[in-house]
Amino acid sequence: MRRIGDAPAVRRLLIGTALFLSALFLLLPLVAIFAQAFSQGVMVFWANVSNTFTLHAIGLTLVIALLTIPVCLVFGVALAWLVTRFSFPGRRILQTLIDIPFAVSPVVAGLIYLLLYGRNGWIGGWLDAYDIQLMFAWPGILMVTIFVTCPFVARELIPLMQAQGSREEEAAVTLGAGGWTTFWRVTLPNIRWALLYGIILTNARAVGEFGAVSVVAGAIRGKTNTLPLHLEQLYQDYNAVGAFASAALLALIALLTLAAKAGLEWRASRREAYL
Amino acid sequence: MSQLAIWRSGSARVLPGFGLSMGISVLFISLVLLLPITGLFGQLAGLSFAEYWAIITEGRVVASYMVTIGAAAVAALVNAVFGLLLAWVLVRYEFPGKRLLDALMDLPFALPTAVAGITLATLYAGSGWMGSLLEPLGFQVAYTWVGIALAMAFTSIPFVVRTVQPVLEDLPAEVDEAAMSLGATDGVAFRRVIMPHLWPALVTGTGLAFVRSLGEFGAIIFIAGNMPYETEITALMIFVKLQEYDYAGASAIASVVLFVSLALLLAINIWQGRFVRRLHGGKG
Repeated sequence: MRRIGDAPAVRRLLIGTALFLSALFLLLPLVAIFAQAFSQGVMVFWANVSNTFTLHAIGLTLVIALLTIPVCLVFGVALAWLVTRFSFPGRRILQTLIDIPFAVSPVVAGLIYLLLYGRNGWIGGWLDAYDIQLMFAWPGILMVTIFVTCPFVARELIPLMQAQGSREEEAAVTLGAGGWTTFWRVTLPNIRWALLYGIILTNARAVGEFGAVSVVAGAIRGKTNTLPLHLEQLYQDYNAVGAFASAALLALIALLTLAAKAGLEWRASRREAYL
Repeated sequence: MSQLAIWRSGSARVLPGFGLSMGISVLFISLVLLLPITGLFGQLAGLSFAEYWAIITEGRVVASYMVTIGAAAVAALVNAVFGLLLAWVLVRYEFPGKRLLDALMDLPFALPTAVAGITLATLYAGSGWMGSLLEPLGFQVAYTWVGIALAMAFTSIPFVVRTVQPVLEDLPAEVDEAAMSLGATDGVAFRRVIMPHLWPALVTGTGLAFVRSLGEFGAIIFIAGNMPYETEITALMIFVKLQEYDYAGASAIASVVLFVSLALLLAINIWQGRFVRRLHGGKG
């Protein structure tokens, strides 16, 4: 039976248009990043990547991501367990609240942290008396990064755990397994791939966050520069090749993220075919 | 505590971990999401209403609302059409490179916004690959509001594709077979049979893309040119006030942005909820 849009001419026109526009607006920028980064050869690229400031920015970015992931992981798993395994008043409100970071502009996210924890804020002022400074230093970067990335793990887990239901866990508990044993032996094997994808998304956003971080970081070269802030500084200094060298590193992480997603989806579709 | 006990007994709960997961979730949401917002209100409390109103209606700030909303609206509409086309092609047709195209759809979410920003600015500047083609024809993209809309469209296209795609996938083949066998042309069948199923998802996806565009910062500032009154977005206005240590001014403008984006998010959630209920009601 013929379906809508099956006529060869329509089909070719639509596929052609989609491919052309995607190549122009999505693929071309991706190619341009690497073309710019390597425009003066591999040696210049290498020099740009291996200089002290870039290496420091890479290091800080990795530390921030490594500290962000476990926090988001614990929160994501706890929230997903809570809203999919129990019913209680306020459940829907909790689920709506975790979407706040997606709706709030990154600059506003940075600002609200600066207002509270900056020297003039009511917590920041109190900490300042003890000589603790969170803003314009790495703890501030970590705090806003946690804010912008915290929904990802929960968002991946909730639909899956809702669909799977709690029968397997209830069976384990009824048979005498403890709470943690049930979690490690029954729940975790069922959710591990979604959990992994949640971590990959958290990581991608954590290494790439710009707006919120640029408000609280103070951008001190070799001190509070993450990789996105570093590339901005280079770009503003008219060092485009240097900026694109850092950009290429971040684009590589983005590509790995896309590959991981495609891989996990392929795995899931194969498992569905078996069932 | 007694209330907790009532909730627990109410649903014959077997699974453990209610207290622990509730504790972690509530503590986290309070400390990370809600507490910082109090800082904003604390700052605003120091302003009289007249001062607040004067800040948020100042000419340069109002011009930035216009630039942001106008460019975001154009970007969202372009994405509605482009996103629908991409979702349709990805669901309905088989062709070489389909898996790659599907993976490419998530690029704008995976790519850091600052990277997208400097790349688009470089591509569309007069000396860039696209700019050097377009500028002789009289189209200037970089440092105009067209560039702002382009950057917004780039960062928000996945919202439309990924919202429409699953709905289109779930549409059974019989739907269009029935329409076609009754003699409808492709165009009529698409408008009358497919679109009524798609438009709630299309509106949701376009709405999410619009909200994202309103708050976008990193992808835009490099290509925008940032001329006051002309190509200055509201997020940059907040940033500029902060660099001048005008915390009150930054907070006042941020409160407008925060209110609008939370209101839109709520509206989208309600719209989606109503649509889902209507669908299920219709089936039963």
